[in-house]
Amino acid sequence: MSADRIPDPIAEGLARGWKVRDGATLAEDLQLTADVVIVGTGAGGGMAAETLAQAGLDVILLEEGGLHSSRDFRLDEARAYPALYQESANRKTADKGITILQGRTVGGSTVVNWTTSFRTPADTLAWWRTHHGLTDLTEAALAPWFDAAEARVGVADWQADPNPNNAVIERGCQALGYGFGRIRRNVRGCWNLGYCGMGCPTNAKQSMLVTTLPAALDRGARLLTRVRAERLLMSPDRQRVEAVLGQALAADGMTPTGRSVRIRAREVILAGGAIGTPALLLRSGAPDPWLRTGARTFLHPVALSGAVFGTRIEPYSGAPQTVYSDHFLHTQPVDGPLGYKLEAPPVHPLILAATLSGFGEDYRRLMTSMPHLNVLLALLRDGFHPHSPGGQVRLRADGTPLLDYPLTDAVWDGVRRSWLTMAEVQFAAGARQVLPVHEQAHPVSTLAEARRMIAELPLVSGLARIVSAHVMGGAAMSVRPEEGVVDSLGRHWQLDNLTIVDGSVFPTSIGANPQVSVYAFALRAASAVRHRMKA
Amino acid sequence: MRLSRRQLLQAGVAGSLVLAGGGWLAASRKTLPRPGGLRFLTADDAVVVSVLAPVLLGIPEVPRAAVVAGVDAAVLSLPRPVQAEVRELFDVLAHPLGRRWLAGLRDDWREATPQALSGFLGRWQTSRLALLRSGFQALHSLIGAAWYGQPASWEAIGYRQPQHVMERLP
Ligand SMILES: Cc1cc2nc3c(=O)[nH]c(=O)nc-3n(C[C@H](O)[C@H](O)[C@H](O)COP(=O)(O)OP(=O)(O)OC[C@H]3O[C@@H](n4cnc5c(N)ncnc54)[C@H](O)[C@@H]3O)c2cc1C
Ligand code: SF4
Repeated sequence: MSADRIPDPIAEGLARGWKVRDGATLAEDLQLTADVVIVGTGAGGGMAAETLAQAGLDVILLEEGGLHSSRDFRLDEARAYPALYQESANRKTADKGITILQGRTVGGSTVVNWTTSFRTPADTLAWWRTHHGLTDLTEAALAPWFDAAEARVGVADWQADPNPNNAVIERGCQALGYGFGRIRRNVRGCWNLGYCGMGCPTNAKQSMLVTTLPAALDRGARLLTRVRAERLLMSPDRQRVEAVLGQALAADGMTPTGRSVRIRAREVILAGGAIGTPALLLRSGAPDPWLRTGARTFLHPVALSGAVFGTRIEPYSGAPQTVYSDHFLHTQPVDGPLGYKLEAPPVHPLILAATLSGFGEDYRRLMTSMPHLNVLLALLRDGFHPHSPGGQVRLRADGTPLLDYPLTDAVWDGVRRSWLTMAEVQFAAGARQVLPVHEQAHPVSTLAEARRMIAELPLVSGLARIVSAHVMGGAAMSVRPEEGVVDSLGRHWQLDNLTIVDGSVFPTSIGANPQVSVYAFALRAASAVRHRMKA
Repeated sequence: MRLSRRQLLQAGVAGSLVLAGGGWLAASRKTLPRPGGLRFLTADDAVVVSVLAPVLLGIPEVPRAAVVAGVDAAVLSLPRPVQAEVRELFDVLAHPLGRRWLAGLRDDWREATPQALSGFLGRWQTSRLALLRSGFQALHSLIGAAWYGQPASWEAIGYRQPQHVMERLP
């Protein structure tokens, strides 16, 4: 029987002698030195770690989450969310209007993401060149970085048929004449299960956990888990980071044990993700003369629509995202009324229960219809329209981050339009009933009813359910120090030896699922660091 | 459901009580005992959860102790500042003043009818006060997640983990 068991590459690596220490079990304070210290091990941190370790540099990685591997991934939401997500998958914006999903584990959000792989759209890059002055970000200049990123994580066309949850987009858009396409995925040998959000149990998903991080560890990189970077210590002239100060966390991943870690390094790389990286800069009192740190943090705010079908949908089964429609990203100018991308999310009992609106008998009835339930989502492209400036990262009294993201009228307008589009697509695909996820909505059986109801729904935070799994910005690239936090290679404008390689460097939202963008920009920034260090 | 002006004024008073007074309500309750096994919820909080769960979930026969234990575990997995907010919420609900003026329940939680409890949930769900709406959201997601995170809930909603994979997990 045991020959049949799924192998665990992390356990094998540890047996080979990887240098990994768990902050929860640290018995003394640590003082370490390295060539490079990297804070965060997600999309950006993973790519930077491999690039720099392979160049022969001595790398230390700090990660506030624990080291969890395929043997821990039990297809069980109640276990996965507390172990693998920031704030147990319940991170909220300041007014609690948006629930944010972000990873907090070795490998970061790439361990729990849904494997959807898009490059940065051409119109987003064009906007960055024309409106943010980032003229070096041409498609041709970036193509090699996208190629390298995609090759590293196995991005390829997905051959299997979409599951019924995704097929709704295809059928609906076809009937309505809306454009749609198939999603490429970063998997190798995927079992088509649908549990990507709880950590891939088969190691098919090419997250940082099974790709770049093992490669870096094999090259001798050191990894400290359950250690939160608390502060950057600046040189007296405040032009360099001299050390990173970390706090060891107990097994719960939250409570400081009292042990601390101080790491001195020539170069410091931040990859704590949007929210995490700006928060670290703010806690450290890093120079920020134009108050750009944490500003313009974007979310792709997501509106949701449920639909009950007569046929079985089983939205919990099969590759989670395989079909998309960009039709409504192109029906108006990029800075006009907010455009949106349509996709379908995987649906499992706990997250559905927490996300569905309503209570009592109606709520129970929807829950019991889960095998027949389709859910669509609309990712709103924020950061282009003048009235969608995103949010601001702040610090709570205990130093942990809190994102203040007011939902502006421009965003609400997009939410309302997208509910109607989703209802349209769902009915066109054969839905019996459609329900925009809003506390005052009720299931309706015709598009006309949906139209009337959607027009009336009050657009108020806490009534409309808005979620996000894409946090971007807050330490933006810019061509002038007064407009951002880093230059177009991720180098901090005021701190010479500090480079940011995560999703916080984007000056607007991406307008597509961001992982491939993070990978490519991280590879590009990390290779600039490598050249500088070798010089 | 819209709140009347009178209710709003009352809720306003009580609302500021939540904001400012969570502290003193909490202080007066710090020493309350916790029933066996619970680490966050007090005995009074557990009563609130166990009477609300069947009404919120729409499942009269739901195993209440299991939901209470699930909520307790869920709160403990939240960061400290969020736990503190949940603490305030329960302190206010369990306090006779909070129950009367904010939840709008005349009777003690134990005696409240399903109709009365459902009325409370509905008022908070669509309240004009962001604070009460977020109180509803917190109860909704804690209780919903606590129940549907448990395998015992899955049969009723036709959900199953894929057996062929479960068998091969290490
Ligand atoms: C549920 C989910 C589904 C998603 N699906 C997709 C998808 O299908 N396609 C796609 O393109 N994108 C998807 N994304 C988004 C994508 O995964 C992220 O945009 C990407 O991983 C961001 O990379 P990053 O390096 O900025 O941050 P992350 O990958 O989030 O990594 C940041 C890491 O830094 C750690 N950290 C933060 N602060 C500190 C600190 N102070 N000290 C130490 N460590 C710290 C965190 O714990 C985390 O592990 C999804 C995200 C989620 C959460
Ligand atoms: S769908 Fe594929 S990648 Fe996702 S969890 Fe299942 S096997 Fe892993």
